[in-house]
Order: sequence, then structure tokens, then C-alpha cells
Amino acid sequence: MALTKFNFNSFDLTSAASKGLAFNSSANGFETSSAGAMTHIKTLTASASSTLSFVDGSSSVVLDNTYPVYLFKFINLHPSADQSDFSFNASVDSGSNYNVTKTSTLFYLYHRGSDAANTFQYDTNRDLAQSSSDKKITFNANVDSYSSGNGLLYLFNPSSTTFVKHFLAVTNEDSQTSGEQGLSQQVFAGGYLNTTSAVDAIKFNYSSGNIDAGTIKLYGIKDS
Amino acid sequence: MALSKVNFNSINVTPAASKAIKFNSSNNGLETGDLGGSLVLLSTQTASSSANIDFTSNIDSTYKEYIFRYTNVHPATDNVQFGFQVDTGTNTSYGQTVTSTFFRAVHSEADDSTGLARVASEDQQKGTGSQTLAYGVGNDNDQCASGVLHLFDPSASTYYKHFIGRGESITASDQAYDSFVGGMFYQTSALTRVRFKMSSGNIDSGTIKMYGVS
Repeated sequence: MALTKFNFNSFDLTSAASKGLAFNSSANGFETSSAGAMTHIKTLTASASSTLSFVDGSSSVVLDNTYPVYLFKFINLHPSADQSDFSFNASVDSGSNYNVTKTSTLFYLYHRGSDAANTFQYDTNRDLAQSSSDKKITFNANVDSYSSGNGLLYLFNPSSTTFVKHFLAVTNEDSQTSGEQGLSQQVFAGGYLNTTSAVDAIKFNYSSGNIDAGTIKLYGIKDS
Repeated sequence: MALSKVNFNSINVTPAASKAIKFNSSNNGLETGDLGGSLVLLSTQTASSSANIDFTSNIDSTYKEYIFRYTNVHPATDNVQFGFQVDTGTNTSYGQTVTSTFFRAVHSEADDSTGLARVASEDQQKGTGSQTLAYGVGNDNDQCASGVLHLFDPSASTYYKHFIGRGESITASDQAYDSFVGGMFYQTSALTRVRFKMSSGNIDSGTIKMYGVS
């Protein structure tokens, strides 16, 4: 009788629950192997998009208690409107309303390309104190063709019904903060979504105009 | 003779060290690959009295973000900066134009100094030098630097190339020195290679790993 299927215990190694099958480091035998702790969930690509939204349970998005930490990555975000601010907001009703109360900080550095002008300061105009407004994580974006914003946003334990939800962001962009092109600006933003309801959706947009182009990726990070 | 176990070389795929066995993208055969984590290890380099550590392959359009993790990077020379530069194609000058920002938090072991400040000496204004990632690294036996560098979409043909990094060093003055760096290379051509080096002397030892983020 021809062999048609290999069973789980047909391979020359000790099986291990929920592990994969891999060659060993010498490529002369088998071993069990695990996937990485960071799991890609969803990629959204902007095309003259007014907003990009990640809603739990919609379009294969997971934003619940599956992961204790979620990580958004921003790659080559390009605005349609000059000097607009890239921001996010959160929802506790599956995206019907993006208006969660936030308290947050923001500080930034920039360095101009044309001369040595620079700054390093806390920004009281772009932090929030118990506000439901969008939280800025870049600002004064440059609309020139070569300009973009890139960075990371961590969101911690959004599904908690006990605690507020903390977030941390760091971004770098080509900005027009001092009214010129070719300025490298790094922004650090942190804070918390002041709600004990589970956050189940996050929306991104510019303060004016569209997200002309760019990619936002969502990852879940395991805790074990 | 009864078949009792399938051996590693009984599968219709060429064995590759530490790689898993997966179905191929056409679902009509097997191939080796990683098991599905989004952080894919592409290369590991270990310094051994190395003037430079160069990553010259696997930087392409496969990934939108590359992460470099440097661990226990130990300089041959005391009180030096650990930094990086990039280049295009097969070029080897590693002198792309960059504007960057740099600030640090610092605290001495003696608890007699602390600080938070921008560091003008380590940022660049359309400079072409090595961009500092970790500052003032000491070369005592127990001193080193470790940290991370994110390089975004190096193969993009439209945009300047952005990076952010954070590095922790033990300085020659016995301080914990936490470096934060961000910047962009004024280059719309694809970046294909990254070089790490000390501002003076060799990288005596240490490991740098390059990951692609899928």
C-alpha cells in the first residue's frame, strides 16, 4: 500500500504542542520551532484617504484582548495639505464615535537643513488635558513630493475594563515647522485614553486634507 | 522494512538551517521559510576588532521597515561614538547627506550629575558623516553600548529616507547615557547598504542583527 499521508508522529523528532517543524541549526535534522512574538494583523494603504481606521472585528482587524500590546507603524505618510498634523483618535463603540477623552504630552526636536537652526521643547499647544480631540503625533507636515512621516505608536492593553489605556509614539518627518523644506523633526508623544471601557477602534487622519499616500501597519505583540 | 520515521532529508525540499518547512506561495510544493512572526531575522554580524560592520545584502523592497539591534558593542578606543551611515547601489563611500536631531538623558554612577538636553555635536545639518547612535562609549572591560535603529522604507524611489533610534551606553565617565536620534537622508534613490562604525578605532566586539518587518 502506498504511503499517502505523514502523521504528526512520523517525523524524526519529539513533537511539541503548537510548535512548527523546522530544520535544526546544522540543517542535518529536525527540531520544533515557534513563530515570532510580533504578529502582523492588518495593513492599510492610503490613496487620497480622509481617514484610515482599524476597527476590531472588521476587515480582519483584531483589536481586543488577544494581545496585551498593539503596535502601529507609519511608513511614508504623505499629506495632501501642507502643514497638516497627523493624528489619531480612539473609539469604544466600534468606530461610531472617535472621541475618547485623553490626557497627553508632546515634545519635539527639529533641525533645519538650510542652517543650524533647531529646537528641543515641550509643546503646550499639542498636548491634551482631558480632551476628546484628535491626538497629534506629527505636525506641520511638508507636502513636497519627497516628504513623508514615519514612526511607531504603541497602544497598551486597549481591552482593559479596569485601567486607562496608555500610548507612546515616536515619529520622524520632513516638516515645515519653521517654514522651510528639508527640516527633520522628531516628535515624542505619550499619554493615556482616559476610559475604563474597552477601546475597539483607532482612526488616523490629518488635521486638514487627506492622507494622500502611505501605509499603516498594525501588529499584535504577545506577552508569552 | 517498515517506515518508522521521516528523516530531515526525506522531504522534497533543500534543508536550510533553522528554517521551517512551509507550503510554497503557489501551494503546490514545499519550501523553507520562517514560521510567521512579523520580525524576520535577515542577518547577524559579530564584530571582532572590526573597523566597520557592513550590511550589504537583503536591504531591498521586501520590507517597508528594517530594524537593527546592536548588543554589547564594545569599542577598542575609549570615549567614542557608535554610529551608522548608508549608501546606494554597490557604492562604498557611506556618505549620504543627512539632517538629524539628537538628545540624551544622562545620570552618573556617582549620582552627582543628571541631565536632559539636545546634543548639538551629535546631530547633523546636511552632513555626510557617521550618525551617532550611542555616545561616549567607554572601553573598560564591562563597558559597551546596546540599542535599536529603525530604518523606514529604504528602497522607496520617491521619498527621503527616515530613521529613528535609541541607544544606551556606559560612558567613559561612568554614566548611563540614553541617546535618542531621528533624521532623514536626502536621497530618493534606494538605500541598499548600512555601515556601523566607531568614531575612532575598531569595534572590538559585539553583535548587530538586522531584521525585516513584514
